[in-house]
Amino acid sequence: MIRTKTVKRPELNLWEKLYFPEVFRGVLLTSKHFFKNLTLHAFHAIGLFRKIAAAVTIQYPEQLWKLPGRSRTRHRLTKREDGSPRCVACMMCETVCPARCIYIVAEEHPDPNIEKRPKSFDIDLGKCVYCGFCVEACPEDAIRMDTKILDIAAYSREEMKLDMNELLNPTIAKAISAKP
Amino acid sequence: MPTLKIDEKEITVEKGTTIIRAAEKLGISIPYYCWHPGLSIAGNCRMCLVEVEKMPKPQISCHIQCQDGMVVHTQTETVKKLRQHVLEFLLVNHPLDCPVCDQAGECWLQDYYMKHGLYESRLDENKVKKSAKAVPIGPTIMLDSERCILCSRCVRFSDEITKTGEFGIFNRGDHSEIGIYPDRELNNKYSGNEADICPVGALTDRDFRFKCRVWYLKKTDSVCPGCARGCNITIEANLERPQHGSGERVMRLKPRFNDDVNDWWMCDAGRYGYKFIDHDRIMEPAYRKDGQLKTLDWNEAVAGFLTIFRAMTAQSKEKIAVLLSPQMTNEELYLAKRLFVAELGIKKVLLVGTNPDGDQDELLIRSDKHPNRKGAEYLGLIEEKSSVIKVLNEAEKGDLKALLVFGQDLVSLYPDQKVDHLLQQLSLSAFIGSNHNFTSEQAQWIFPAATYAEKDGTCTNFEGRVQRIQKALPPLGEPKPESEILMLLAERLGFHWPYQSQEEIFNELSRSAPQFKGLTYQKIGKEGIKV
Repeated sequence: MIRTKTVKRPELNLWEKLYFPEVFRGVLLTSKHFFKNLTLHAFHAIGLFRKIAAAVTIQYPEQLWKLPGRSRTRHRLTKREDGSPRCVACMMCETVCPARCIYIVAEEHPDPNIEKRPKSFDIDLGKCVYCGFCVEACPEDAIRMDTKILDIAAYSREEMKLDMNELLNPTIAKAISAKP
Repeated sequence: MPTLKIDEKEITVEKGTTIIRAAEKLGISIPYYCWHPGLSIAGNCRMCLVEVEKMPKPQISCHIQCQDGMVVHTQTETVKKLRQHVLEFLLVNHPLDCPVCDQAGECWLQDYYMKHGLYESRLDENKVKKSAKAVPIGPTIMLDSERCILCSRCVRFSDEITKTGEFGIFNRGDHSEIGIYPDRELNNKYSGNEADICPVGALTDRDFRFKCRVWYLKKTDSVCPGCARGCNITIEANLERPQHGSGERVMRLKPRFNDDVNDWWMCDAGRYGYKFIDHDRIMEPAYRKDGQLKTLDWNEAVAGFLTIFRAMTAQSKEKIAVLLSPQMTNEELYLAKRLFVAELGIKKVLLVGTNPDGDQDELLIRSDKHPNRKGAEYLGLIEEKSSVIKVLNEAEKGDLKALLVFGQDLVSLYPDQKVDHLLQQLSLSAFIGSNHNFTSEQAQWIFPAATYAEKDGTCTNFEGRVQRIQKALPPLGEPKPESEILMLLAERLGFHWPYQSQEEIFNELSRSAPQFKGLTYQKIGKEGIKV
């Protein structure tokens, strides 16, 4: 049995019913912002009070939004001390991935104490849903989503794929082809 | 016949039955590592401890035989605690290797830890490291003694089943480890089973190594086509993640328990003989003219082939020969016989599958390398080498006009008969098979057929046991099962066959062939039935 709760509509009181006072209050609020921004922009133009933001709007891409510390962004693969990938190709992330966007091929590692390593490790960002399950599933802390890269765009689906080298070195920005 | 009580349930068993077996019959599962129903009892893993009333200490249920009036408890707090402690002991020196271990996902340590363990590790000491990791001890098996729990199953297998005795346990205490005797190699014909019986990741299959994770595999019950034994197997294929196994779909074959055929085992030749399913396949129908191969679609190919074939059946039936193969299923042989003998009246319908002098042993391997020779015999197709040679001679002389070959490679079966020229001399030659071979390279018409993993049907092993094979994967490319090809030919030739499935063909077959009388797919079931 679903119980329904009836919510009463708020009724206007006398002051609000008079109409004009509230209209004036709205005009005042808008004017306040207008004059504040106008003054601040004028000061910014002559180099004063730069630290106080003039408007809520961010001037992307010159100005970037400050991401929360734990936000999930584009993946990267972490490295061992010698620079080789930490990944041991256990396929946990590949298995858990709900979008099936991870493709790993395993091979023998020359060092029998490591045994296994990825021959290739591809992520199809066109399919990824940024759920972060791969990071949680990884037993080796080999994959992280902390690159703070969010502006991922390409002209074709093929270009949305990242290979192992790009994942290991997130500074390599994927070259987007000039023309579609 | 002692009667005993296990967890308040009463059961009467044969004298000499162990508690673990009796519990199994009652559906009570007792965990175990070293015990294997096919091997002798070692009793060293201590995982199967149970409490028996009036016995002072917990007893290993794999070894204690049932006595009259025994009262056994398998679920008491003491037993549960014992299992936990035993497991903790077994895992003391076990590495945290699961991410790179091929056994992960079907590992008994993982399974039992989740079911009976779930303790917090108390180990402060360093683990005792065993000698080198990942050592190939033979062509098929990789040994990692660090992961071993010393259950000694592999030692007993090599001592008792193959009687080759390669394995031993060396050193003492927690330095003891499993290994191969010096100067030996694990290269017996059943070595692959060592990876199956190893409950942990100490012995893993080199062929399967790192190909794909076990939880990706789709398992289908089938029968090994490698020899006349017809070992029961499961085909384990990876269909959803094509990036693994470098394009192969079938990842491995595993034996399936059947105490009337192969027990728990299968031979290496059968186990690793699956490669042809994904390699060297004939992908689409084709027509060869003046050495030029032209691929066609099924409609064009069948139509083109039949225009010549139809004219020949009308004029010179005695100049057509059809060579069937004991690799075909009962259903396919039945349809082939119905089409070529009953409907078309061709006399020369022969079975070809000459026995290469295969090896044979007392355990499983049979010298006859064909899965369905007995079934062909029951359907009235018995191979006579002389009549095949006669047909081939006729072809050489030019007395034969058309030759249809199913599956077999005539060139390698009859090297003396110069088959390569011979197929070119004929005015019509066709090859219906799954893989490229010398015969398919020569034939004019090529029709791709499905492999045993891609179709349903039944085979009859050398003892006359009818067993089912089942479709595990879709055909690779354009191939069709032989039965469908035969039905297609029949339809285009104007015969109206009512079959909708292999089962219907089998039902009709069981009415017509006396040996198969009364059989149905339901009766054959998972384990087959002897006729």
